Amino acid sequence: MSNTMRGQVAIAGVGETAYYKRGEAPESEFKLALDAIIAACTDAGIAPQDVDGFASYSNDRSDPSHLSAALGCKELRFANMQWGGGGGGASAAVANAAAAIHAGIADTVVVFRALAQGQFGRFGQGLRRNTIAGDFAHTIPYGVMSPAQMFAMKVVRFMHDHGVAQAALRAISLACYHHAQANPRAIMYGRPLDEQSYDDSRWIVKPFHLYDCCLENDGAAAMILVSAQRAKDMPNKPCYVLGAVAGSQYRAGASVHNTPDYASSSFKTLAPRLYDMARVQPKDIDVLQSYENFTGGVLMSIVEHGFCEPDACNEFFVKENFISPTGGLPLNTSGGNLAECYMHGLGLNLEAVRQIRGESTSQVKGADVSMVISGPMVTPVSSCIFGSEATL
Amino acid sequence: MNNNNYYLNPGLPQPVATPLDEPYWAGLRNDQLLVQRCNQCNTWQWGPECICHQCHSSDLTFTATPTQGIVYSYERVWHPVQPALLEQLKNEGAYLVVLVELPQAGNIRMLGNLLGDPHQQVDIGARVEGVYEHHEDAEPVYSLLQWQLK
Repeated sequence: MSNTMRGQVAIAGVGETAYYKRGEAPESEFKLALDAIIAACTDAGIAPQDVDGFASYSNDRSDPSHLSAALGCKELRFANMQWGGGGGGASAAVANAAAAIHAGIADTVVVFRALAQGQFGRFGQGLRRNTIAGDFAHTIPYGVMSPAQMFAMKVVRFMHDHGVAQAALRAISLACYHHAQANPRAIMYGRPLDEQSYDDSRWIVKPFHLYDCCLENDGAAAMILVSAQRAKDMPNKPCYVLGAVAGSQYRAGASVHNTPDYASSSFKTLAPRLYDMARVQPKDIDVLQSYENFTGGVLMSIVEHGFCEPDACNEFFVKENFISPTGGLPLNTSGGNLAECYMHGLGLNLEAVRQIRGESTSQVKGADVSMVISGPMVTPVSSCIFGSEATL
Repeated sequence: MNNNNYYLNPGLPQPVATPLDEPYWAGLRNDQLLVQRCNQCNTWQWGPECICHQCHSSDLTFTATPTQGIVYSYERVWHPVQPALLEQLKNEGAYLVVLVELPQAGNIRMLGNLLGDPHQQVDIGARVEGVYEHHEDAEPVYSLLQWQLK
């Protein structure tokens, strides 16, 4: 790969607000965004006035011009929105920010996501209106309207094709809850989950129990990206972007569940490009943060990123394999979207940075290569790999 | 089935045709399944698009196809996310959604409910046939296409 941005850009700071239950944030969504950005700037040791670019995803409502004005930024040079819904854009926003810095479009770019569902309404809720037209007219009248309902059939088909047992999904949930018990930021801190409670929990949409589904939260998270050269002189141990990609396979966006490769998390074409750019292989990944809208998405994401053969899931997806620091593939070490917070997945990117900095509450010893998979089953999706100085 | 002979209780958003899919909805009213087919390269296509994804021709016809399908995937929904389904799920526990592949129309897929016991076993690969569900009391009237095991 020529002209790669591998190692050219670093995350210099991360920040977040307190995480709240859905609808319980005491501040407006815009104020949450500002608070997270200021926290990330403080962590990076820069003045918020020096931010000259903003990158976000999923139609974040906090507009860069407004943010830039509120922060008193000297200049706005990059205002970027990754198209697509869900959390598929989290690592794409990192890719876009890094590309902008590498190309000289901006110098100090913040990647952020803010949510106040009390202020703006809820994700996991059916449509409350009398009529529906267009693509959704072919699904909603049949009772398929929430994200869980839209994605379950992909997972059912994947589990059928590869003989995957429910215990594989359970292992993902248990690992997330396990790690949240060490993380005081986590919504589920102090609320452990065991096998019995998982098995006894109600079905949302089979194969998703309650504990297979992400939380819904209010809050905000932000990361500051700068050139690798600048990061070397900043307070934190630099976390380098080794690779970051976005997209989806052939006709992933075909409507009414007609994408040809249906039982997929949409990463089959991305993963080879990601590893190629980062110049690492699955065996080099020390710790993984994999977006759980639903555990079934994690199942397919891990397979499609080459960590496990599709027919070997029942052996690979066991809790012990995912637990930090002893597991073969420590997974969602902050508690992730299931148990830390659902900040549309950007919390996973922050946690991946903490692992490189050695600051996770479930730290993998000497983690040099840290990976994030964002928003499985939507389109476009994205994933990225961060590395320590030793990986350059 | 509820008293109205609809698989799902009334109260969900009801479908309204757009210029792109109007022939499909009109077909269901007449017990006909009409889906897009390209007149240039014969590619079947669903959901409806304004051009053929294969050859980019705009010369597409809504073409009749038999409602004979194969269950490609399915889901059993337990948790109501819409007030209209609260009572039904309280009484019946679940409802079934099937994604049906149509081998006689280029393996396009359609989504519907699987009629019958919501707790019945569903097998991927099972053969199903379409059942038209006419909502005569709706304003405006419309029809859905449901499925039952053959």
